[in-house]
Amino acid sequence: MVDATPRMHEGISPAEVPELELYHPKGWWTTYVFSQDAKIIAIQYAGTAMAIGLVALVLSWLMRLQLGFPGTFDFITPDAYYQFITMHGMIMVIYLLTALFLGGFGNYLIPLMVGARDMVFPYVNMLSYWIYLLAVIVLVASFFAPGGPTGAGWTLYPPQAILSGTPGGQDWGIILMLASLILFIIGFTMGGLNYVVTVIQGRTRGMTLMRMPLTVWGIFTATVMALLAFPALFVACVMMLFDRLLGTSFFMPALVEMGEQLSYGGGSPILFQHLFWFFGHPEVYIVALPAFGIVSDLISTHARKNIFGYRMMVWAIVVIGALSFIVWAHHMYVSGMHPWFGFFFATTTLIIAIPTAIKVYNWVLTLWRGDIHLTIPMLFALAFIVTFVNGGLTGLFLGNVVVDVPLSDTMFVVAHFHMVMGVAPILVIFGAIYHWYPKITGRMLDEWMGQFHFWVTFVGAYAIFFPMHYVGLVGVPRRYVEIGESAFIPPSVQDLNAFITVAALIVGFAQMVFLFNLFWSLRYGREAGGNPWRATSLEWQTPTTPPPHGNWGDERPVVYRWAYDYSVPGAPQDFIPQNDPWPQKAVAGTA
Amino acid sequence: MSVILVFILVVAGFSFWWLLQHRVLSKPWLEHGVHAALPETDISNMPTAKIGLGIFLAVIGALFALFASAYFMRMEYSDWQAPPLPRILWINTGVLILASVALHCAVRAVRERRMGMTRLALVTSGFATLVFLAGQLTAWRDLSAGGHFLDSNPANGFFYLITGAHGLHILGGLVALGRTTAKTWDETLSTERLRLSVELCAAYWHFLLLIWLGLFVLLAGWAGDLVALCRQLLT
Repeated sequence: MVDATPRMHEGISPAEVPELELYHPKGWWTTYVFSQDAKIIAIQYAGTAMAIGLVALVLSWLMRLQLGFPGTFDFITPDAYYQFITMHGMIMVIYLLTALFLGGFGNYLIPLMVGARDMVFPYVNMLSYWIYLLAVIVLVASFFAPGGPTGAGWTLYPPQAILSGTPGGQDWGIILMLASLILFIIGFTMGGLNYVVTVIQGRTRGMTLMRMPLTVWGIFTATVMALLAFPALFVACVMMLFDRLLGTSFFMPALVEMGEQLSYGGGSPILFQHLFWFFGHPEVYIVALPAFGIVSDLISTHARKNIFGYRMMVWAIVVIGALSFIVWAHHMYVSGMHPWFGFFFATTTLIIAIPTAIKVYNWVLTLWRGDIHLTIPMLFALAFIVTFVNGGLTGLFLGNVVVDVPLSDTMFVVAHFHMVMGVAPILVIFGAIYHWYPKITGRMLDEWMGQFHFWVTFVGAYAIFFPMHYVGLVGVPRRYVEIGESAFIPPSVQDLNAFITVAALIVGFAQMVFLFNLFWSLRYGREAGGNPWRATSLEWQTPTTPPPHGNWGDERPVVYRWAYDYSVPGAPQDFIPQNDPWPQKAVAGTA
Repeated sequence: MSVILVFILVVAGFSFWWLLQHRVLSKPWLEHGVHAALPETDISNMPTAKIGLGIFLAVIGALFALFASAYFMRMEYSDWQAPPLPRILWINTGVLILASVALHCAVRAVRERRMGMTRLALVTSGFATLVFLAGQLTAWRDLSAGGHFLDSNPANGFFYLITGAHGLHILGGLVALGRTTAKTWDETLSTERLRLSVELCAAYWHFLLLIWLGLFVLLAGWAGDLVALCRQLLT
């Protein structure tokens, strides 16, 4: 048993940076509701994100029911179908994935992993959550507004997004959507400043940048990217809101609708696409980089081996982050761009594959001859690697202009991005929850429910998205409510669609088991102790579990080593915590 | 999108420089043993609030770089008709410079612990900023009086949008400036805390002034000439 209490060592002067003045809550409301404790905020973020994610899950069932069994369900009108796909996409990408990775895991893990007592600006951090919640409420309100939510597709391309032919276009739907995004971005910026500055200024003694776990590196880099990329979405949303409400023509060309000349004129829809994808592509990596970081830590811990090529892993994260800002137009190959631009963006897109491949090789090499424990977090981490490689490979195809143009707007694209930025990050989220749940609650999640959840989700996700590639290859377009009779689409596609729908329903059900497990284990789970995975990073070395407000008792921990000292020859155990001064201690003991 | 790309390049350059300062080339797996006995800390001595503000300013910079990018992209269309530049913008620019200078004086005064001077400089700056905002509103009125409404063409829309966004940022800054000014009457507060507040306000004002100068060049239509000149020099 490791002595996890923080130690005071002779010869070490107190930290040069003054300790943060912690806000001490006085009552129940300020402790659990309007809390400034990053850990509570993290749970609030995660709970809200999962709740709204559940809505998106139900929406995906509804749209799959329509695709699998067209015409069977009367309430799924074409308008409703468009609203389902739009809200499903938007919620999953922004309100679930971004919020859960950065707001949830960022808030919980950054202060603990770098040895801080809390985020550096706790009040702003609290505001961040409440504005996020407001954004979610505004988003949900659009379901109840006259005309329902927007059905413009998650990319919200003008001019159709604000025309009367699109559901919510001339009603409240699009207005609430844009308002909600603007709120989300304001709230995120507040949180994002915290995550970045805490990594820069909140690290404890000895925690140099290169001793930080890769989880922190992933979240840190993703946050920096998000801070620079979200303004593009902000600008696009504000300008479209002006077009819709004040009659400006930023994105609206002169056009005739239903035989009537509209008052718009002179706007450029392509301008919106540039702004949207200048945000949209980094967004892929904003979701992927935290996943990369977390999965590195899961693999290293559960294979009892140091991560292979730590430096390369860090550099790859940073390089991917930088490169992701110059690839955005590969989403716009069919918008009529100069061939040289297409060539440029195809090249940069393919170059990103290099650092990404480095990461995949390093994960595999970490596993190589490791002491692999097939725990639930490890299963999810392994599933992530496989899924990410699959999704990444189709990305290489789509990154080339000549391949992309015929495949554009087909189900192939849907299958690709669901594999690479839908299923893959979600698998990491699950793995991370199974991994850190013991730290958050003090209890383990139930193993058997976990096994069931993993296998159904993993196999089911492939049953859904593998066939979808074929559906796309034969030419089935995305966003069509019904295919109808087309000469080039064989009738067997319909059978495949029905199969995918059944698989989607089953996978959705497995998530209910997971949610049940979260609540059930809170009460009946096995007691975990402080460090059930025998992990090295600081969050497992807190004096009490779950960590209290302030995290560290009287003294912040002092860090002596990097986060990956597993199976070190000669060490008393197969892991050495970051705050363990071994071998100094052993030498002192024998002397 | 060239403006935002240049901006991102600058941010990326700074980030890489910062990372190199923090030894990202080191090999952490070899790093225990001797010097582990006395772990160093590489946290900057700069106040955390300043670093926070610096990053926030980078976000604001990205926002306006994106506005400028959108403006340039739309400008290239043949039907671009920029509204005439309201003359009052010259006065507004002068007033905003005055506000920035006043804040600079406030920083110097507070460093020398001259409370009266600090207070005066802060109030002057706040007043000048209010005049700037009023001047911006007057510019809007002049434009709409001349028939250049928000929705008459995209160039007008950009003018109102960009000046409005800048004005809102100034307005947000005024809240902080107001609170800082109020602090000068608080005897219990240490000068260190007050000094930090004043310095933060000054940094924000200088940055927003810089952004305004950029926007002024953009809206006055000189930016196009500047780009053309650069192109000539390059080719």
